[in-house]
Amino acid sequence: MSAPPVPDFAVKTAGLGKTYSNGDSVVHALKSVDFEARCGELLMIVGPSGCGKTTLLSVICGTLHYNAGAVTVFGQDLSKLSQGKLTAFRGKNVGFVFQQFNLIPTWTALENVTVPMLLNGSSRSEAEKAAAALLKEVGIGEKLQALPTQLSGGQQQRVAIARALVHEPRLLICDEPTAALDAASGRRVLELLKERACRPDRCVIVVTHDSRIFSFADRIAEMEDGHIKAVHGPDACQSLYV
Amino acid sequence: MLRLALKMLFGDRAKYAMLVCGLSFCALLMSQQTSVFCGLLLWTTATVRNIRVPIWVADSKVEQVNEVVPMREVEVQRVRSVVGVEWAVPLFWNILQARLPDGTFQGVQLTGLDSASLVGRPAKMREGRIEDLRLPNAVIVDQVALEKFRKRGISLKVGAVFEINDKEARVVGICETERSFLGQPYVFTTYSRALEYAPLQRKLLSFILVQPKPGVPVPELLRRISALSGLRAFSSDQVAWDTLVWYIRNTGIPISFGTVVLLGIVVGIAIAGQTFYLFVHENMRYLAALKAMGASFGVLAQMVVLQAFTVGFIGYGLGVGLAALFGNAVLQKGQPPFYMPWQILAFTGVVIVFICLLSALVGLIKIARTEAAMVFK
Repeated sequence: MSAPPVPDFAVKTAGLGKTYSNGDSVVHALKSVDFEARCGELLMIVGPSGCGKTTLLSVICGTLHYNAGAVTVFGQDLSKLSQGKLTAFRGKNVGFVFQQFNLIPTWTALENVTVPMLLNGSSRSEAEKAAAALLKEVGIGEKLQALPTQLSGGQQQRVAIARALVHEPRLLICDEPTAALDAASGRRVLELLKERACRPDRCVIVVTHDSRIFSFADRIAEMEDGHIKAVHGPDACQSLYV
Repeated sequence: MLRLALKMLFGDRAKYAMLVCGLSFCALLMSQQTSVFCGLLLWTTATVRNIRVPIWVADSKVEQVNEVVPMREVEVQRVRSVVGVEWAVPLFWNILQARLPDGTFQGVQLTGLDSASLVGRPAKMREGRIEDLRLPNAVIVDQVALEKFRKRGISLKVGAVFEINDKEARVVGICETERSFLGQPYVFTTYSRALEYAPLQRKLLSFILVQPKPGVPVPELLRRISALSGLRAFSSDQVAWDTLVWYIRNTGIPISFGTVVLLGIVVGIAIAGQTFYLFVHENMRYLAALKAMGASFGVLAQMVVLQAFTVGFIGYGLGVGLAALFGNAVLQKGQPPFYMPWQILAFTGVVIVFICLLSALVGLIKIARTEAAMVFK
C-alpha cells in the first residue's frame, strides 16, 4: 500500500474575512486574505501588533470561526466540518506551541506531553512511552516527573514542543514561541522545531515578532492591517528586518 | 484524561480543601440536624413503644399520645363488651410532681398499670421484679430518674423512698425505658395506686389498652370500638403517626430544624458553587488549550463532572461520617435525641448530588461559552 499523496499546499485561504463586532463598532480583523503554506516549509507570519496575525492563526487551525472566504487544511475545507468533526480534525492534524506554554501546572512534564495522544484515543501506557521518548529527544529526559513550575522557561517550551509533536500532527501552529524566552533559549527552540518538525509532509507556521529568529524561516508572510502585504522567499528571509 | 482531571483537582489544594470543607459542612449540617429532628420526633412517641399494646382507646377529643382527656372508668367495661376484644385494661398516665428526700421537686410521668395483668409493663428490668409493684406503695423508676436524681446528689436505688402528692413511693425496681420528648422520668405503679397519687378529680382514666381476639383485624376492631363507645380507638402505629403529625403541625420544631437544614444547603451551594466556578475560571486557559488540542466538549464535561462529584463524594462521606460520630457519642449519653435512618443518608446524598450538578453546570456553561481561540490571547 502506498502512502497518501502529499498535497502541494498544507494550508490555503481564499478571500478570508473575519470581523469582530462590539455593539455598533465593527473591526475587520482579516480582509480578504489569500494565503498559502506549503508542505515541508517553516512559514513565519510577521507584522505589527493588531495586524491580524493571531486571528489568521486561530482561523487556520480551526479554533475561530470566520465570516467570509474559505480555508483548506491539507485538502480539507474547514467550513464543511461540524464542530465535533472540526475538533477531532484539529486533535489529529494540528499541534500547538503557545506563547505562555500553557502546560497544566499540576501535571508532570510527562503527563502534559501525553495529552494529545490520550485525546486521540491512545492508551495511557502507549502515550507515556511515546511522550518519554520524545522528551528524551528534546533534551529533558531526566525531567519527566518534574512539574512545569520546576522547569526553566526554555525547558517548559521544550515540553510544549514535545506535546505539540507527540501525536505527529501534519500542521504545527506556533504562537510567539520565543516571546517568553531569552535569545539563546529562543534560538534553541527554533533549532529544535526546524530539526524535529520540518518534514516533507508537514508544515510549521510560526507567528512572531522576534526578528532574531527570522533566519529559520523558509518564507515570511508580512501582514498589515488585516491582509498579507508581502511574502518573502528564502533569500530575503536572512536580510529582512536586520 | 479522567485520571489527569483528578490530578488537576487534587493539585489545587486550597480550592480542593475549600470544596471538600464546604460540602462536608453542608452534609454534616443536613444529616446531623435531620437526625436530631427525627430523634426528637421519635421521642414524642416513646410512651407508645414503652407500653407496647396493639390498640389504644382514648377520649374522642384526644389527638396524640401525650395528651390526656380523662374518661370515666366505666368506659373500660364498655370496651370489653365490644365483640372481638380479647381483653381491655385501664391505664393511668399523667405528669405529677415527685418530692425528693432533699425537699426539691421533680416532674415524673406516672404510669399506672392494671394491677392484675400489669399490661404495659417496662420491657427491661435492671433491678427488682415487676411483680413487686403489687407491694404497698411500690413504684418502679426508669434510668432517666436515676440520672435526674443523681444530678441533685440523690442516689436512687431499690428501697429508696420519695413522695408523690404527699404519699410515699417506695422504689422496688429500676427499669429501662425509651426516653420521651417530655423529658421526665417514667414512674410505674399499679392503676389503683396511681389514682391515689393523682389529685382528686371526677374522671381519672387516661387510656384503655386493648388486645384483639386472634383473627380479628385491628382496623375492623377499631371501627367497632369507636362506633359502640363513642371513644377514639387507635392502632399503636396510628397513634404514633398521629402524635408525630401533631408535633409537626403544632410546634415550631420543623421550622427551626428546617431553617438550619436549608441554611446548610444554601451554604453548601454558595461555597461549592462559587469555589468550583473559581476553580474552572482559573483553569480556563488550560481547558481552552485542551479544547484547542482536540478535547471535545464531552471530554471536558466528563472531566468537570468527575471533579465535582469527587469532591461531592468525599465531602458527603466526611459530613455524614462526622454526623454519625456525633450520633454515636450522644446515643451513649442518651441525649440530645438522634435517629439516622437510611432515608436521611439518601436525602443528604441527593442534595449533595444536586449541589455537585449545579456546580458542574456552572463550570460547563463557562467552558461551552469559551472559544478555544482564547488560548492565543
